[in-house]
Amino acid sequence: MQQIQVHEHCKLKRYIWELPVRWCHWVNALSLVILAATGAFIAHPFSVAHSASDFVMGWVRFIHFTFAYIFTISVVSRIIWAFTGNRYAGWREFFPMRTVKGREKLRDMFRYYLFMTHQVPETVGHNPLAATAYFAVYCIYLAMILTGFAMYALHAPGGAMYRAMGFMYAIFSIPMLHLVHHALPWLLLGFVINHIYSAWLMDIKEHGAEISSMFSGYKFTLKREHED
Amino acid sequence: MDKEQFDGADDLVGRSSEKREYSIGEILRERGVSRRDFLKFCSAMTAALALPAAFSPKLAQALDEVKRVPVVWLEFQDCAGNTEALLRAANPTVAELVLDILSVDYHETIMAAAGHQAEAALEKTFNDYRGKYICVVEGSIPMKDGGVYGCVGGRSYLDRARQICGSAAATIAVGTCAAYGGIPAAVPNPTGAVGVMEAVPGVTVINLPGCPVNADNLTATIVHYLVFGKIPDLDSHGRPLFAYGKRIHDNCERRPHFDAGQYVEKWGDEGHRKGYCLYKMGCKGPATFHNCPSQRYNEKTSWPVGAGHGCAGCSEPNFWDTMSPMYKRLPNVPGFGIEHTADQIGVGLAVGTAAAFAVHGALKALSKDKEPGEETKEG
Repeated sequence: MQQIQVHEHCKLKRYIWELPVRWCHWVNALSLVILAATGAFIAHPFSVAHSASDFVMGWVRFIHFTFAYIFTISVVSRIIWAFTGNRYAGWREFFPMRTVKGREKLRDMFRYYLFMTHQVPETVGHNPLAATAYFAVYCIYLAMILTGFAMYALHAPGGAMYRAMGFMYAIFSIPMLHLVHHALPWLLLGFVINHIYSAWLMDIKEHGAEISSMFSGYKFTLKREHED
Repeated sequence: MDKEQFDGADDLVGRSSEKREYSIGEILRERGVSRRDFLKFCSAMTAALALPAAFSPKLAQALDEVKRVPVVWLEFQDCAGNTEALLRAANPTVAELVLDILSVDYHETIMAAAGHQAEAALEKTFNDYRGKYICVVEGSIPMKDGGVYGCVGGRSYLDRARQICGSAAATIAVGTCAAYGGIPAAVPNPTGAVGVMEAVPGVTVINLPGCPVNADNLTATIVHYLVFGKIPDLDSHGRPLFAYGKRIHDNCERRPHFDAGQYVEKWGDEGHRKGYCLYKMGCKGPATFHNCPSQRYNEKTSWPVGAGHGCAGCSEPNFWDTMSPMYKRLPNVPGFGIEHTADQIGVGLAVGTAAAFAVHGALKALSKDKEPGEETKEG
């Protein structure tokens, strides 16, 4: 509070999440919901058709593949943005373990979650615990994308995508591709439960507009841009 | 693939040895096979090789002129099912044609000779046609403990495979055992069984997996070799693309039911009687490359899915381990004991997570936490 005198409880509006970050977040969220729903049907279809001329599974798979492409573009864009966006979008955010300060923040957040302190730590960009989880989540995304396209490419053996996925067929048998692609979304479901809960919790406890920041891009913090 | 190895085929065609070698066309006429049947066979082979119909007369012309190729048929750890499949091929004389096109000099199951006589026949072909004969292998080769788990004529399978396959123009591994080890190689694989490609690295091997091999594919492979003088294009598992280039699921006659959303729910239900898709019954057609839907078995009579049973995935490497359980769509999860599906584990995980955070949320709601900045006020 050096330059401008503000009340110690007066929080400052800060632009954190740039437009591409927010777009990627919501495209991912929508894609995950649609991919999970269509994927569940593909895995456990129920007989709904009245005639062999119907195309229920055909359309469900079409939607699944379309959103698979949309999701892939979103994930790749976000990874690129981690190298071109602002500091809160940058790749360093996702490895708080790297720095002393990051480890300290991580420890504070961990203590708060484990009821070891009543002091809510202020997070300006990513919650350090969440950011660590996001790295794991992106690894799962990549595994989903690779196993998904490896299975998808089987319709055209010898094609460009099939050849590009050659290393996947070397690692996994085809049924194992199906199993991995089927099992990992359960981890993502666990993550989504955690993610929504934590956003809700921090919104309530931190009073920094955690949830609305993912729509507007703005958070409210005590510290100013150059102070943290 | 070593191109030089196939120059042998040209030699074979124009070979001038002391005794007159009859062409396949001549032999067939002598045996009373009508021209009409011969052309029908050529058409069937053209189709099996996925060649345009215009190739049929060219195939006929080429087959008319080429000489027979000596073949030795070695059996290792097998059930002789591929031999059965070949002998049961009852096409208008296809069995005859195959056996006439192939001059089968050695075949333990069907040859009249036995003991030292049989071994002498093998020795003769090996010495006279070195680098020119085709070796057909049926059954896997045990590698463990120096290959002691199988022997013929006092020599281990591995030893025989190294010698005979090593000097062949090409080796055709028929059936999944010869191609990838098959059922003898299934976990725990007590004999260390492997396919020919792995047992004898460096030799030219064409894999024709399947349990059993489709005799039409074997005939077509040999016809391809006779006519074009080289082996057909292979995929990454060493299988000819003409027979293994498409997924069963993509050529399946029940595919419209899959796309429509009509599935067999249990054996013998209405959907099963109507011929709906077997996807939910554990059909491995979506994971298996083979031409079963178009080529079919036994005179193109039927094939597993046509007969109402899901594909077992028998033409894929390690199918016995990777494709099981046969009647479930997904493998069991390793490390969780049998009968644990990914979904059971997943539901447990999701419910556990939700419960944990519900408790956490309730406790946090009761907790009087200080928001950022409040510490300074109080401290």
